[in-house]
Amino acid sequence: MHTHTPSTPYFVTTQTRASQITMMLAVALIAVLIILPFFAGRVLIQDMFFILTMLVLAQFWNLLAGYGGMVSIGQQAFVGMGAYAMFGGVILAGIDPIPAILLGGLASLIVAVPTAFFAFRLQGPYFAIGTWVIAEVMRLVMAQVKALGGGTGTSLPRSATREMWATEWIAELFDVRNSAARDILTYWLALALAVATIIAIYALLRSKPGLALSAVRDNPEAAKSVGVDAGRMKWFVFLTSAFGTGLAGALIYVQKARISPDAAFSVTDWTAYVLFIVIIGGIGTIEGPIIGVIIFFLLQSLLADYGSWYLFTLGIIGIVVMLFAPRGLWGLITEKTGIQLFPIRRRLSGGPLDTSKY
Amino acid sequence: MPILALQNVSKSFGQLKVTQDVSFEVPEGQALGIIGPNGAGKSTLFNLITGNLMSDAGSISFEGRDVTRVPAMQRCFAGIGRSFQIPQPFANLTVFENLLVAAMHGRNASQKAVEQACAEIVEQTELMSVANNAASGLSLLQRKRLEMARALATDPKLLLLDEIAGGLTDAECVALIDTIKSVHARGVTIIWIEHVLHALTSVVERLLVLDFGKVIGIGAPDEIMNRQDVREIYLGIDV
Repeated sequence: MHTHTPSTPYFVTTQTRASQITMMLAVALIAVLIILPFFAGRVLIQDMFFILTMLVLAQFWNLLAGYGGMVSIGQQAFVGMGAYAMFGGVILAGIDPIPAILLGGLASLIVAVPTAFFAFRLQGPYFAIGTWVIAEVMRLVMAQVKALGGGTGTSLPRSATREMWATEWIAELFDVRNSAARDILTYWLALALAVATIIAIYALLRSKPGLALSAVRDNPEAAKSVGVDAGRMKWFVFLTSAFGTGLAGALIYVQKARISPDAAFSVTDWTAYVLFIVIIGGIGTIEGPIIGVIIFFLLQSLLADYGSWYLFTLGIIGIVVMLFAPRGLWGLITEKTGIQLFPIRRRLSGGPLDTSKY
Repeated sequence: MPILALQNVSKSFGQLKVTQDVSFEVPEGQALGIIGPNGAGKSTLFNLITGNLMSDAGSISFEGRDVTRVPAMQRCFAGIGRSFQIPQPFANLTVFENLLVAAMHGRNASQKAVEQACAEIVEQTELMSVANNAASGLSLLQRKRLEMARALATDPKLLLLDEIAGGLTDAECVALIDTIKSVHARGVTIIWIEHVLHALTSVVERLLVLDFGKVIGIGAPDEIMNRQDVREIYLGIDV
């Protein structure tokens, strides 16, 4: 046994050289993305909106499944509830669509409470199927709400979209039509949401509850034995994820301006694609969904004209990645290079670790 | 006052009675060894003490407080630390992070407040060379050390060790015993389930024998090991 007294004190580091460079590049990238509407066309802005909102959904699903160990296939419940709550706020209460997005987040948060209450009684595959069933129930319920278009759906009133916050100002600034101004506004909001999501998740993972979350995912029984409140962590992650997914859902439908239960609660659009993004990118990492969403977008653009072959190809790629690179593309990259752009490892340094002995 | 007292504790899984009417006390600062054949209910007894399982009947008190219905997490806060028979590391965390999470949550402290203490436990349990490695890549000895290190990180008053020496070579065993002795010397009460008898008897002051979920003897190690029924049950020796 060592009776060694450390000559230098111990200390703990999380940053790496790569992470410091990442932070600088990220700030530059965000600056470029903010001014993008000044030199990009409307199609690119719409594509970027799609990429950013899918990234938000992917980050929250990754938080839930990759860090929280809860593999849900019912996240469309929160996209749909968020979107419908926003529509409800606009159509029934006359709120402007932009602040109504917050209503979407809150609505998803509220329905997540009874959802979790039931779903947490289920484990593993039963949890996954349970969340899907709950989402289907919500779709069927929303189809009964005649005030919001029932089964066929409805559109945002023209007056609401025309007079939406800040659109007039943007239309003047860029000298574009109202509809293009709305795209720029929703793009900026998507950018803000994506950046805030990544910062918040990264901050969470570096915090005390973040470490507990990893412990619960790896071994819930052992986590309880070292004083981790595993139940509270699950609730926290599930509710946070629902809130964020609800915000994204509401924002997506402000841009679409038209809603139907089938589209808003689509398991393919809001869960299957999101799963694909996280799995090919690398589950349990912040970098994974970022890479995944770019690949997903490229594949979608390349295969857009091939109809069902598109889904077929996505499926094949997903299976191949799961078999041969279970930690996704980012997993392969870190394995080969050791690079971490968003490091969360708490590395012990100092003491005898500084000597040549280790 | 004993630090731990069990009174008529019972537990069944379906028809199988794994713990039957178990009563014993452990004075503060003592090291108690638990022996018994495989399937005698030793690990179940630990799970009942730590709250990973709830007992069907009887009561468990820790430092005079009834903890029978208290969940595992709160028993950890109270000062009960444990190792698992089959190591249960947080596989994707590093060795040091395994200790950090235990120390931060078990002691309800900030990372800054426990960093030094965790580093010292890493050193004491001879895990410094793998401090920053993921726990999934550890050898058996390292996993066993990590089990103990993580339990120590919660700063327990009572440490439960479940077959921590099983599967180790003699040399590895000696190193582990040294560490356990030094923990015990600091005044930590220890309950240790072990098949490696020489390791156990070099540390503990009392032995408890469990068979078919029942306590069949408790007392000084020499006295217990010389009992004919213990030798028959445990060592399979016909006397």
